[in-house]
Amino acid sequence: MKADAAAATAGASSTERLIDTLFEDARVTRTGALVTGVGTLDGQQVAILATAERTYVGADLALAMSRYVLDVMHDAPGRPILIIVDNSGHRLGRWDELMGNNGCLAHLAACLYAARRRGHLVIGLVNELAVSAGFMALGMATDACYALPAAEVRVMALNAMARVTKVPLDRLTELCATSPVLGPGVENFLRVGALRAIWSGDLRAHLREALTEAPAGADTRRALGQERGGRALARDVAAQVRAGA
Amino acid sequence: MIPARHSFLEASARARLRGLLDAGSFREFCGPSRRLTSPHLPALGMPVAFDDGIVVGEGAIEGRPVLAAAQEGGFMGGAVGEVHGAKLAGLLERALDTRPDAVVLLLDSGGVRLHEANAGLIAMGEIQRAVFDVRAAGIPVIAVIGGRNGCYGGTSMIARSCDRIVASEEGRLSVSGPEVIEAVEGIEEFDAQDRALVWRTMGAKHRRLIGEIDTIVADDIEAFRGAVAAALDDARALDLDALEAEHARLATRLARFEGVKDAREIWAALGVNDPDRVSDIEADEFNRLVAVLEGTRP
Repeated sequence: MKADAAAATAGASSTERLIDTLFEDARVTRTGALVTGVGTLDGQQVAILATAERTYVGADLALAMSRYVLDVMHDAPGRPILIIVDNSGHRLGRWDELMGNNGCLAHLAACLYAARRRGHLVIGLVNELAVSAGFMALGMATDACYALPAAEVRVMALNAMARVTKVPLDRLTELCATSPVLGPGVENFLRVGALRAIWSGDLRAHLREALTEAPAGADTRRALGQERGGRALARDVAAQVRAGA
Repeated sequence: MIPARHSFLEASARARLRGLLDAGSFREFCGPSRRLTSPHLPALGMPVAFDDGIVVGEGAIEGRPVLAAAQEGGFMGGAVGEVHGAKLAGLLERALDTRPDAVVLLLDSGGVRLHEANAGLIAMGEIQRAVFDVRAAGIPVIAVIGGRNGCYGGTSMIARSCDRIVASEEGRLSVSGPEVIEAVEGIEEFDAQDRALVWRTMGAKHRRLIGEIDTIVADDIEAFRGAVAAALDDARALDLDALEAEHARLATRLARFEGVKDAREIWAALGVNDPDRVSDIEADEFNRLVAVLEGTRP
């Protein structure tokens, strides 16, 4: 954070501290919850697209993130992109819906898709929290998404889920013990194939290794979900439909 | 004599597909006889469906080969679970092998099926990637919205990942459901019982006026068929220039309408003389209005 002394204070978010841990040198700018810049590891430059403090992804933030991805494509062809995912999902509000936040979030995913096709390796790392659409537009739009051990990925908190599904909370909690598809948690998202691995210990070594991984060609997440016992049917059902059976 | 209308809204997923595709052309994959039901619902005491709430297959529109899917809104609100999502992703991936003229997705869904939450969410990501893969291969993907559940949650992001969206004025397209906004942010932010507010904010007419939907049709399967047939060659590029153009369009909208509270303010700014009438007019008159606003011939 040499270029941004303010961020090096104790008040820096866990996202900014994580960036410091991951890179030998990182020059980032923070605007609201958005943290962008360039990190260096072993002489290699990596574009950083991050958010902090479990922010909500409104239409404006989705567009600001898209702008950064477009800029990287223009200015640094082929540079890997590390997304540090930290959000509470999309922002719930009348203005965001009036503006068509779904279109802005889809645009963000499309920009990341285009970056991958243009030879940018796109890696995701869930820092504190990733919720639903905020995971779909970022963590799931990568070549590979990882998570910190203390992170949480979820669709909805269990008590809200109980309200909406009308399944009693204690029954849901009980089922979560055996079913990887119901409850929040990185372990479950690892099992269904949405996360490649959990990074613990030497984070820089994990990043170093991730940067050497081949970019994702075909989508392997259903196969991962099958292998890890998180999704017993998805891989085969998709294959049967693909075969026209 | 006025021809009888066949409502898209009232029809089942299978009836919608039958009406959209050439007579006798549809062949279903992994249909109900295969009994591919949800492995997760029984533990929650929920009923299953033999097609898990989605019909996928191939057929033709005006003799041109297409792959098509239709979500059954009558089963779990069309929500995406493991099997349902895998059928949709597999269908899109098939397009990479068989190179149809287009893939048509009849979306009628509240988003992720909470009873299979994690499997539903990852399926959304897989489906979205598959849509992009199909588009990158030069095959248009067309989303169709006109069902009771609208197109919400992750499904709304999938719709906007497609080349084109065709909707009836009954269609709704938004990432958050009205009830969710009210529950979390309060009734002052959004009154989910205010139907007029819901339509103004999330309804297809508003989406058409701001450029989130391409074509509005009457709630009539034949009208949908005509609009989809007309869109079969309407691919949207997915290259850097196209993304920059899309970005500029969205950025202009957000800057222009910063702080706006109600759709009618937006419509007035776009040149609509009588915003209060927009909700009442039929699709034909609405399309004439749009043509005038956009300076194109009706």
